[in-house]
Amino acid sequence: MFPSGSIIPYITAGDPDMGSTLKFLQVIDDYAGAIELGIPFSDPMADGATIQLSHHRALKAGFKLERVFQVAREFRKDSETPLVLMSYYNPIYRFGPEKFMEKVHESGVDALLVVDLPITHAQEFLEKAREFSLKTVFLASPNTPDERLAAIDKASTGFVYLISTYGTTGARDKISSHAFDLLRRARKICRRKIAVGFGVSRREHVENLIKEGADGVVVGSALVALIENLGKSAEDALRKKMMELSVL
Amino acid sequence: MWYGEFGGQFVPETLMEPLRELEKAYDRLKKDKRFLRELHWYLRTWAGRPTPLYYAERLSRKVGGAKIYLKREDLLHGGAHKTNNALGQALLAKFMGKKRLIAETGAGQHGVATAMVGALLGMKVTVYMGAEDMKRQSMNVFRMRLLGAEVIPVKQGSRTLKDAINEALRDWVASFQDSHYLIGSVVGPHPYPAMVRDFQSVIGTEVKEQIQKMEGKLPDIIVACVGGGSNAMGIFYPFIGERTKLIGVEAAGKGLKMGMHAATLNAGEKGVFHGMLSYFLQNEDGQIRETHSISAGLDYPGVGPEHAYLKSIGRAEYVAIEDSEALNAFRELSRVEGIIPALESSHALAYAMKLAAEMDRDEIIVVNLSGRGDKDLDIVGGAL
Repeated sequence: MFPSGSIIPYITAGDPDMGSTLKFLQVIDDYAGAIELGIPFSDPMADGATIQLSHHRALKAGFKLERVFQVAREFRKDSETPLVLMSYYNPIYRFGPEKFMEKVHESGVDALLVVDLPITHAQEFLEKAREFSLKTVFLASPNTPDERLAAIDKASTGFVYLISTYGTTGARDKISSHAFDLLRRARKICRRKIAVGFGVSRREHVENLIKEGADGVVVGSALVALIENLGKSAEDALRKKMMELSVL
Repeated sequence: MWYGEFGGQFVPETLMEPLRELEKAYDRLKKDKRFLRELHWYLRTWAGRPTPLYYAERLSRKVGGAKIYLKREDLLHGGAHKTNNALGQALLAKFMGKKRLIAETGAGQHGVATAMVGALLGMKVTVYMGAEDMKRQSMNVFRMRLLGAEVIPVKQGSRTLKDAINEALRDWVASFQDSHYLIGSVVGPHPYPAMVRDFQSVIGTEVKEQIQKMEGKLPDIIVACVGGGSNAMGIFYPFIGERTKLIGVEAAGKGLKMGMHAATLNAGEKGVFHGMLSYFLQNEDGQIRETHSISAGLDYPGVGPEHAYLKSIGRAEYVAIEDSEALNAFRELSRVEGIIPALESSHALAYAMKLAAEMDRDEIIVVNLSGRGDKDLDIVGGAL
């Protein structure tokens, strides 16, 4: 789904507004193996303070689900970079999973990642995703047992997303040793591409993770923090950060 | 794990393993004689069970219809039914080797109960409470701190119960190795709804025995307030196989038409949130709505999955009572029976009084008086 050694940047749709989101996507696209675009949710309980605030900014600015499909369509006009839509399950459930996937597929999105839909409850979701040729991304955690990791690998037709540590999203100083233990296990068990995320904010983090066998590294809060500080004019800062992180 | 189509475990991957461990431990301990004896010993000697079932004769006469009985959970140690569950889960956590308890709280009653059992069992306690709720329930904040708990204000979102749950979940994702998340209602991912219901079922089990003794028959109707739904589930559960009519009373706030309420089963839509498939107050984009109720304990946009199920099969009925009606009942019970009820319980009482007036004098209605109203005096002082 992306070349080995890729950065997978994350931003929240509609933060600070939809026009900016399209501009930001186009900037980070130059350095991204794939892009993760978040659908804002009123209660993003797996996210730390930085991404929570971005969700709230987007909602306050009047975010509507329909606008994500528009922005994806616009982005797809001049980029082939795989686009992963990240969401909490309720907005999808409320919209109707089937209708949602049809829309997502039409707008050129490649894959879906639903934070609070574990594989054990995802059977119907997986069937529908297959129907609409959408790839799926599931998370695995340092405490995920081997057998479950294998099942997650099987269900993740896009890539497997390893959570680097126990806790929520958010920039941290150091990559936890949990990340490397999990990465080693995943290398043995998984057949899909492997990305690592949560807490990654610096080039040395990226280098270490890729050296230890990650195919891609997800960077979210470090970018979203720039948008928090600079708002609509975050383009240059985003480009600089992506340049700093990119090892390809 | 499922109640019809409701329930489940819709959580981030990191919580799947802690939930599996919790489920395993609970399945083992709920049949463990030593655990059960210890729990019942604490319930009796420390918490004051059984609580009385009181025939509110003066109130019944004034209303002029059915006999109104009150299950006096307001007399339980801590001042509300929350202690039943907090004690059960804290003992379970201790048996699991956990050192710390995390809790969310709305009105503060569950936070107080957790702080009490934490002190009793020598466990560290962290309570998350919405900043808005801390303002309107400042007495309970003081009680929790006095009992040795750390109370952390939650400033995100609507600054009420749902935001406190989000924050408690975020803590637990990082701390599950040594901490137990002690959820205060029949909500959240499996096994919480079942476990909390089981710990609260002591209420209904006692009512069954007590009313048999006093009246020689089961009640015609049981009424309980429903926020997340733990006191209602606790009193309903032992009666599900009986013919007693079960009625849950939600908070209609300033009125269902005004949109300022917390009446999830009356006005919500199916959704997936806080780990469960149930009903939620939400907009057409699936964003969870902010709620309003004069009682912080009912101010929650979701409801336990088993209530959603009981409604779907028609076994229980769910109605809603407005702030002003609850306030009237609050004042009425205080003046007529000398009992100051919690604003939460006042919702159940208000509906029961309406019902009783339409019923015959030999019919029986039991109200779960889930908590006492001392904590609400500031709010009521402003509103009366």
